[in-house]
Amino acid sequence: MKARPEHFAPAARVLHWTMAVLLIAMLFIGAGMVSTVSERHEWLLHLHKPLGIAILALVIVRLLVRWFTRQPPLPADLPAIQKLAAKLSHWLLYALMFILPLVGWAMISAAGDPVMLGASVQLPAILPAEPHTFALLRKAHGFLAYLLFLTVLVHLAAALYHGWIRRDGVLQSMTSGEGPHA
Amino acid sequence: MLDPSPPPLTPLATAVRLVGIAAVVAVAAAAFAYVSGRLDPQRLQPRDMVNALQTNNGVHPGYRRNHAKGVCVIGYFEGNGQLQSLSTSGVFAQARTPVVGRFALPSGNPYAPDTSVPLRSLAVRFNLANGQQWRTGMNSMPVFPVGTPQAFYAMLQAGTPDPATGKPKPDAMPAFFAAHPETGPFLAWVKGAKPSASYATETYNSINAFYLTNTDGQRQAVRWAVVPEATDSAPAGADAGADFLQADLAQRLAGGPLRWTLRMTLADPGDPVNDASKAWPAGRKTVDAGTLVLERMQPQITGQCRDVNYDPTILPSGIEASNDPLLAARSAAYASSYLRRTSEVDQLSANAPAGGTKP
Repeated sequence: MKARPEHFAPAARVLHWTMAVLLIAMLFIGAGMVSTVSERHEWLLHLHKPLGIAILALVIVRLLVRWFTRQPPLPADLPAIQKLAAKLSHWLLYALMFILPLVGWAMISAAGDPVMLGASVQLPAILPAEPHTFALLRKAHGFLAYLLFLTVLVHLAAALYHGWIRRDGVLQSMTSGEGPHA
Repeated sequence: MLDPSPPPLTPLATAVRLVGIAAVVAVAAAAFAYVSGRLDPQRLQPRDMVNALQTNNGVHPGYRRNHAKGVCVIGYFEGNGQLQSLSTSGVFAQARTPVVGRFALPSGNPYAPDTSVPLRSLAVRFNLANGQQWRTGMNSMPVFPVGTPQAFYAMLQAGTPDPATGKPKPDAMPAFFAAHPETGPFLAWVKGAKPSASYATETYNSINAFYLTNTDGQRQAVRWAVVPEATDSAPAGADAGADFLQADLAQRLAGGPLRWTLRMTLADPGDPVNDASKAWPAGRKTVDAGTLVLERMQPQITGQCRDVNYDPTILPSGIEASNDPLLAARSAAYASSYLRRTSEVDQLSANAPAGGTKP
């Protein structure tokens, strides 16, 4: 069997960085749109919905890519607790990336609002209109978004810790490919 | 490939790099805090608007934070095809579109007597055949007192009861109007306005401007109104009591459906589309788009309108929001009110005021 690679597959890296940009944009768009009564509320909301569905589609592709490609191993000398933290935080990131758009879609459905991605692109409702469900999902959407932002911060700090302090190749496994002389 | 064993960092270098990591995280967190309004106390947030309404009217769990007293109405809109050259929306075709509406008093108090304000409102949700929706919240005044959410918030603050007296400071509202000359047209209208004896005899205005878009992509700025068929408009009698509007509506509906004409007023170039405090000059072209027919009513705490957020920016293709800043503010504030009241929906039946619930 071939040795495990030292870098993520190109598709995984492209998806990671594309989604990193989209996700961070999405978190800021969401936080901004619910905290203003200005026109920003409207145009950010119009970005938020199609972007959320794009992220949902991309995360599905990403989970498939993860399934079908090999990941570089964590350094052998990394303490077990850090290995566990790395594993758990990555699955938390995947779970939140997948769940947040679904909760948003479900929450609009539960409000009885048409799920519009643009002036005429409409998705079906995935839940019947029901006020308790809406209130629960709307609160969950905000809570999970903050949890995702915190997880992203931890992920960022950990990546820089690997890149700047440990210098163990973990950060490079996502920033660069194998190169011609790998 | 990376050197598998880079030279060890000195303690100072490690400390500097740790500080660097902390700085990156801190900048990201601070940016997020700023965007979410936490480091920006000057920003007018949706919750500020709703909190101001609650301060002025009290908290009435489960009720809308404004236009709290009302009643659901069910019926349909019958388009006449006249507007199809201006808008692609199927709602304007010669067809019936079911509607769920709501008559209400513009006050945050669900116990307010019907004579307390000379205003009435009608919100309508059109459920289009293509699955899209058109929601509109209309009011019986022709213009809004102010043109911006900031000014509206200042008006709410001027109306805040003084804890000492339980009433707004007597000079607060006059001072507000003096500082906001844009309130002139509204004040001129309100001077001659009396609380009507019926919901059925009122004209309800969109107040905000919108755009109709047609198949050629052309945009026409419009304001709309529903104009009643009933002509027996009368002010409420002195002995009418506090809750006459629902009784009147029930009595009229028992005699048959009530009808309004949906009238679109087309802006001329140069008419203000971003300022709801300014009326458009008289004589603008109008197009009658069809007839709103209301057939029956339901109590608001059990009826179909209860869980509808009449957000005026929920529009079908063929109708677009204008850049009127009040539209975004209404959407944002209604969302805050909607989350609060849907979280409290179980408290509604227990606290139902008599006047607000009669069928």
